[in-house]
Amino acid sequence: MINFQDIIETIDMVEKEHFDVRTITMGISLLSCIREDAQKTADICYDRICSKAEKIVKVAEDLGTEYGIPIINKRVSITPASLLTAPFSGKEIVLAKALDKAALTCGVDFLGGYSALVNKGMTSYEKSFINSIPEALSITQRMCSSVNVGSSKTGINMDAVRLMGEVIKESAAKTAESDGIGSAKLVVFCNAVEDNPFMAGAFHGVGEGETVINVGVSGPGVVHHALQSLKGASIDEVAETIKKTAFKITRAGQLIANEAAKRLNAEFGIVDLSLAPTPVMGDSVAHILEEMGLESVGCHGTTACLAMLNDAVKKGGVMASSRVGGLSGAFIPVSEDIGMIKAARNGAIDLNKLEAMTSVCSVGIDMVAIPGDTPATTISGIIADECAIGMINNKTTAVRIIPVPGKTVGEEVEFGGLLGSAPIMKVSPYGCADFINRGGRMPAPIHSNKN
Amino acid sequence: MKAIVTVIGKDKSGIIAKVSTALAENMVNIEDISQSIVQDYFTMIMLCNIKDSKLSLKELISVLNKVGEEIGVSIHVQHEDIFNAMHKI
Repeated sequence: MINFQDIIETIDMVEKEHFDVRTITMGISLLSCIREDAQKTADICYDRICSKAEKIVKVAEDLGTEYGIPIINKRVSITPASLLTAPFSGKEIVLAKALDKAALTCGVDFLGGYSALVNKGMTSYEKSFINSIPEALSITQRMCSSVNVGSSKTGINMDAVRLMGEVIKESAAKTAESDGIGSAKLVVFCNAVEDNPFMAGAFHGVGEGETVINVGVSGPGVVHHALQSLKGASIDEVAETIKKTAFKITRAGQLIANEAAKRLNAEFGIVDLSLAPTPVMGDSVAHILEEMGLESVGCHGTTACLAMLNDAVKKGGVMASSRVGGLSGAFIPVSEDIGMIKAARNGAIDLNKLEAMTSVCSVGIDMVAIPGDTPATTISGIIADECAIGMINNKTTAVRIIPVPGKTVGEEVEFGGLLGSAPIMKVSPYGCADFINRGGRMPAPIHSNKN
Repeated sequence: MKAIVTVIGKDKSGIIAKVSTALAENMVNIEDISQSIVQDYFTMIMLCNIKDSKLSLKELISVLNKVGEEIGVSIHVQHEDIFNAMHKI
């Protein structure tokens, strides 16, 4: 029989350490739904999503019960919507409404893929699409949006970077009554991945199959707990323990992903092992870093600890599943992590340290609230910096930042639920408008020329 | 199909009897059992075969959860694959 201790360990992981499958995300290709007419396309997309994803909630709940591992979110990701709206530029909102309605009908928590990939150039229909994002996010509940503005291979589309600074500000302004929550559902990427199951950045890449199941597993609490018995141990031992823990978590994800794909008549895509925090106690990535010996996340040594954590998580994950994908690493959102919120309140962490941390972890500046009067060009500057880190280091980086309307440094914003709360963080008072307004395309780095 | 039934709670008489009766009534065969007291807490793990049972795993889970509530212990019933996946290379 299976080892007594192993069984108890698994039960403790769920009951005491918040281990869960964070999301089952069904990627659905909508390319064959494109028609010339906006309403017709929207109707066909609605029907396609509803027919493919109608059972996702039930299947996820059944699997959670049978395996004893909670499955928190059920989501859908779709073909980047800018491709779907190309024939009826200017009427994008018709599709946005249908997508949100489909998410509601299927009962999924979020639908991702109101997205555009403009990392090299931007067509007129993509520009029109991007301009529709603020309104689309303000009239929908469950839809998430993302825009890829750069890649290691193509360089950075600085025209798109400039535009996204404005779009983020407008998205916040259009949802001012709820503290700019529109921009909390909008991510700007460099090197966006096509199989990411996590929101707000999930979309179903054009290189993907018809219907794919991607699963995101999490478990910062499990890793934190495993490290608590290693006080004073060398960093090698810490890395080894994280690796082993990541292995176990990923294996659970792989099992669930395989079974979910079978029951939903879809292809199994990838498992994304990402330590994704939630605002509850015992589910914090910051606390893992502090367990390694940091007085507070954000102090000197934080980048080193995070680099090791991110790497060890990937190594354990790769050993556990031959289909590890998505972002797989450690997430460092500020408002969604109780340890990060505390560090931000105490002034232990600032945007500069966060930027440094993003060079060694799997994402970027995430869920950071900044003053509502921050100029759009300054937001574009933050995006450009993150893109540069991603482009040069061949990794995904992202910016999900909320310029909270009417609030400034010293105040806090409460988004509620999984989005948490955050103090408004200071941005540089010095401008970069002349740089951003140059536009153009920042050339790809020399090491991208591998052919 | 096999399931792992884990019973954890304050030790008292009759726990094994109640749980195994519920399993027998539903044609669930206990293939292996191990039990110990950890810090006053009764902990029992059973490997059960449910191939002859009329109940689905989901139904069995709700039957045993009810038994757990009656006798004041926590009962987990999980597909054995989750443990094999997580703890075996």
